[in-house]
Amino acid sequence: MLEVKDLSMRFGGLLAVDQVSLDVKEHEIVAIIGPNGAGKTTVFNCMSGFYKPTGGKIVFEGQEIQGKPDYKISRLGLVRTFQHVRLFSKMTVVENLLVAQHRHLNTNLLSGILNTPNYREKERKSLDRAAYWLDRVGLTDMANREAGNLAYGQQRRLEIARCMVTEPKLLMLDEPAAGLNPAETKELNQLIISLKEDYNVSVVLIEHDMSLVMDISDRINVINQGRPLASGTPDEIRRNDDVIKAYLGEA
Amino acid sequence: MAAQNFKHALFSAVVTLIISYPILGFNLVSEGISVQLEGADTFTLVGVFAAAVVVFLFQLFRDTIMGGLGKLPALNPMANRPPMPQRKRLKVESVLLTLMLIGALFWPFIASRGAVDLATLVLIYIMLALGLNVVVGLAGLLDLGYVAFYAVGAYSFALLSQYFGISFWFALPIGALLAALFGLVLGFPVLRLRGDYLAIVTLGFGEIIRILLNNMTNLTGGPNGIGGIPDPTLFGMEFGRRVKEEGNTSFHETFGIAYAGEHKVIFLYLIALVLAVITALVIRRLMRMPVGRAWEALREDEIAAKSLGLSRTAVKLSAFTIGAFFAGFAGTVFASKQGFISPESFVFLESAIILAIVVLGGMGSQMGVILAAIAVTILPELAREFSEYRMLIFGAAMVLMMVWRPQGLLPMRRIHIELKPQG
Ligand SMILES: Nc1ncnc2c1ncn2[C@@H]1O[C@H](COP(=O)(O)OP(=O)(O)O)[C@@H](O)[C@H]1O
Ligand SMILES: [Mg+2]
Repeated sequence: MLEVKDLSMRFGGLLAVDQVSLDVKEHEIVAIIGPNGAGKTTVFNCMSGFYKPTGGKIVFEGQEIQGKPDYKISRLGLVRTFQHVRLFSKMTVVENLLVAQHRHLNTNLLSGILNTPNYREKERKSLDRAAYWLDRVGLTDMANREAGNLAYGQQRRLEIARCMVTEPKLLMLDEPAAGLNPAETKELNQLIISLKEDYNVSVVLIEHDMSLVMDISDRINVINQGRPLASGTPDEIRRNDDVIKAYLGEA
Repeated sequence: MAAQNFKHALFSAVVTLIISYPILGFNLVSEGISVQLEGADTFTLVGVFAAAVVVFLFQLFRDTIMGGLGKLPALNPMANRPPMPQRKRLKVESVLLTLMLIGALFWPFIASRGAVDLATLVLIYIMLALGLNVVVGLAGLLDLGYVAFYAVGAYSFALLSQYFGISFWFALPIGALLAALFGLVLGFPVLRLRGDYLAIVTLGFGEIIRILLNNMTNLTGGPNGIGGIPDPTLFGMEFGRRVKEEGNTSFHETFGIAYAGEHKVIFLYLIALVLAVITALVIRRLMRMPVGRAWEALREDEIAAKSLGLSRTAVKLSAFTIGAFFAGFAGTVFASKQGFISPESFVFLESAIILAIVVLGGMGSQMGVILAAIAVTILPELAREFSEYRMLIFGAAMVLMMVWRPQGLLPMRRIHIELKPQG
């Protein structure tokens, strides 16, 4: 469903991503791991259209998307979270989820101003969808609070819920477990699996927490200093000498 | 530290002298055909030196003075009160608004003609400020050329009536839509820019429109403007002493009352009132709709908004266009009220005043904007003797405001959509 071929990204003299390839099939959780500064987030930024890659191809459902504007890529169903949570912190939790559904609510201005039954019906539906996902990530009690006032772990979950209400096909999570305590990490673990199992989204995941990665990933790609180091199933990665030397060995 | 302050203060004082002495200290006096330079009177010279001393002292003790100003917000009794719960606030607001509206409906029948005329102007400014508030306060786009859309609305009506004899009621939507179209077309290239650049380019566009109106003499009459713009009619009834247009009747004859000039003024006031209320209601509604949320989301975190599929250009353009639409509305009313328009009415100062209203009122807040519009339009009229110092007072008020209450008189508290408990 997603294929990244020989992706390269150069910032001036720095080749942050060098010939990285990656593929994600439907119904799959794929992890990208590597030390800090390896270029993982940069790969995400290229995939989500924030950067225009300097080389390589990104094909999503048969369509080349490298260099497309970010909002168009998101509308194709390729939606991401951020390493440093980015919520609309002055808006309430439920409003964060409503913003994300702007396309479901795509009625014309006039019907909204006149508050027609058709408009109200659509708005009710998106409120329902928001309520559903709030319940799903355990934030129902927080619905009318300002998003900026949530605890860190709650913010992380809200960010995932905000992606899910857009009904994505592929979800990209950038270090979703960073800053979570072990109990929260465990919940996250289950949530991600359920996204795949129950909602049929594929997931690409950047993560440092090895237990999480090894637990839930179908396949793992390791990159180091911008270059692909290895890829395979969790077992293969665990046994790979290069990986042990370069990455697991350090940890 | 002290030495540095002293040096800086001395320098500032000298600069003050260098700038003001040549400008104020000499007068050009023409005697016959020759022009002569004369020293100004002692009073002016003393004034110039006094100004330098004031600047010197201020700069010398700047830290203390500004420190004192910094304490000002603490004097504000409302500062630390917790915000009212949303439900209560909405109730209070709607009661207040209804009372204001009822007052505004009946007030013109007891007020003087001049006062009603001024109030109509206030209502026009309210419309303008509410519209600009969408652009600046809600969408976060600093537009310094807003007056251009006001001009488009006014000139649409003037030209349509002059060339095609189109009446106020038809011109009203056309003027607003044309202004919106201008907003759309101008906004498209401009909105790629950010912050200061956007401000400068919109400033330029505002001036371009005005200069165009000035120079397209064949069409717009250039600096001479366009006169004879008709008044609005009420179901085909005119408010003049004599009926101008065939097929119309006159208001005072239909109702069998004596002709009075006030009828027209009051009628215009009521039209402006209705339009201002419509403007406020529509924008209020927009704020609670997906577009309104998109404006806020994009203002809060552009990257996150785009990652959710919001197109920056489309969202910002919608705000720009909607803002322009209401400026066009206001422009049509203005043209009808004045009966005569010229590019003079659409100078940059107008944009600045409207922007000042938005900033004073509290970006994004409607109630604040309405109060600020009233204050900014009426205060100068009340204090006519100070009219020379109007801009000075204006500037001082803005500076004080930034120190004392940077969020505006009544900062925006948006109505949040609430998720009701299920079941
Ligand atoms: N916009 C940018 N401009 C310049 N250098 C960048 C930019 N973004 C990332 N980099 C550099 O690219 C490298 C990879 O960064 P990143 O992708 O964030 O690593 P990771 O997410 O794997 O920790 C780093 O050396 C970083 O400094
Ligand atoms: Mg990173």
